[in-house]
Amino acid sequence: MTEDTSPILRVEGVVKYYGARAAVSGVSFELWPGEVLAVVGESGSGKSTLLNSVAARVRPDAGRVSFLTRHEGMVDVHAMSEAQRRLLARTDWGYVHQDAVQGLRMNVSAGANVGERLMALGERHYGRIRSEAASWLERVEMDVARIDDTPATFSGGMRQRLQIARNLVTRPRLVFMDEPTSGLDVSVQAKLLDLLRSLTRGLSLAAIVVTHDLAVARLLAHRMIVMKEGRMVETGLTDQVLDDPQHPYTQLLVSSVLQP
Amino acid sequence: MKIDDFSPAVARDGNFNFAYLDERTKRMIRRAILKAVAVPGYQVPFGSREMPLPYGWGTGGIQVTASIIGPEDVLKVIDQGADDTVNAVNIRRFFQRTTGVEVTTHTTAATIIQTRHRIPETPLAAGQILVYQVPMPEPLQKLEPREAETRSLHGLAEYGLMHVKLYEDIVRFGHVATTYDYPVMVDGRYLMAPSPIPKFDNPKMSMNAALQLFGAGREKRIYAVPPWTRVESLAFEDHPFEIQRWSEPCALCGDTASFLDEVITDDVGGRMFVCSDTDHCLAHRPAHD
Repeated sequence: MTEDTSPILRVEGVVKYYGARAAVSGVSFELWPGEVLAVVGESGSGKSTLLNSVAARVRPDAGRVSFLTRHEGMVDVHAMSEAQRRLLARTDWGYVHQDAVQGLRMNVSAGANVGERLMALGERHYGRIRSEAASWLERVEMDVARIDDTPATFSGGMRQRLQIARNLVTRPRLVFMDEPTSGLDVSVQAKLLDLLRSLTRGLSLAAIVVTHDLAVARLLAHRMIVMKEGRMVETGLTDQVLDDPQHPYTQLLVSSVLQP
Repeated sequence: MKIDDFSPAVARDGNFNFAYLDERTKRMIRRAILKAVAVPGYQVPFGSREMPLPYGWGTGGIQVTASIIGPEDVLKVIDQGADDTVNAVNIRRFFQRTTGVEVTTHTTAATIIQTRHRIPETPLAAGQILVYQVPMPEPLQKLEPREAETRSLHGLAEYGLMHVKLYEDIVRFGHVATTYDYPVMVDGRYLMAPSPIPKFDNPKMSMNAALQLFGAGREKRIYAVPPWTRVESLAFEDHPFEIQRWSEPCALCGDTASFLDEVITDDVGGRMFVCSDTDHCLAHRPAHD
């Protein structure tokens, strides 16, 4: 349990301005190994900007983001060299885009999409890359017979599965997900959420999931953060926040969900 | 076949500066070449000039040749291995007219060889310079269209993407189907486009005694492989790099080891395979004038 004594990610006072307007103002949280954190809030509440600042895709104007690396302990990701940051982003991290087109190479086969990270890390054996890709397609419950088809021929749900496989092939310890299930119809959403839940449990993945869908948070996340106008208005265990919301905005969010 | 048969000598035209370009431009290009030689395989930007022929006809190679040529040089120009094709004839005449240097078809006699799409079959010697005409200097461009991104990929030596392309070839064709402009690693550091030479010629680039210079006029890039530099063609461990082979010898000279072109001889399916390197082929013919 020694590794559980330190958070895998520590975010301290992150601020990001767009012009004079603060998209994120002073957000701090910690994430522990194997923990899934949901960031919820309405459009424009700064949740995607927060995710991008934490994932080192944009540089925050103030604050610190530290990640527990395998060999060097806690390291400030924004102080790393670009080479280190890119290496981290394709080994220990994953990033699942809302729109799979952004996260995939649409004109190369599914196998090459999954194998790209392996090849980037120096794997030079075609047979091994292919069998590793096939086993990951299986793990995300895709038909292995489609390994040579391009994602352009896939449905939205399959593309999202492929994007997940492509990210997990290097066994990352932290995955960022930006609205992973929106844009899919509800039955496909349910299956994908089920898959994500078993993958995060099975691989003890830490994850930050940005979503506007409280059901996604309920199903996937251990803890959640509620964002409004760039600030964190409430945080706590998912069930606690959803069942007993304290902040008026959270109460509004929870009561806005339609019950079928 | 004598050179005058297909390329009548042209007199030096004194209205042009030596080698057409002005002296400051030649210095600028030579500085780019020096940097390219110092960093093998790295694409050095340079201020490519308008030349009196369109992009795509070898403006990059011509500017490199014009910057390094001197009155004592002996120039050979080939296009797809041949001395007597349109591109080669015109570039040769251009340099005859603007420099008055001696020209030749013999690989061994030349000090500068400007080439489009081939490396001569005859091994090059120390002191010779091979100048390539390059249409597309960036090997990653088809895979990553953003130039800012390809530059950082080169800077960080992140070349996994190129293997994605080779992987894709094997998926679709069962083998690496890239047959020309086959990507190479120079000195274990920079990924480089060897210009559209057949992959048959790739092994000749490695540990070559001659200096190899590459000029891309439209893309405004110069790069180089200095003499005795390691050049490796990319491959997978279980799909190693292989060059093309032919089941028959050259129909004219009988050589079995050179790169052959297929020539259609009539409209009923007649064809023959002949050496693409005309100088090499002539030298190997049993009896020629």
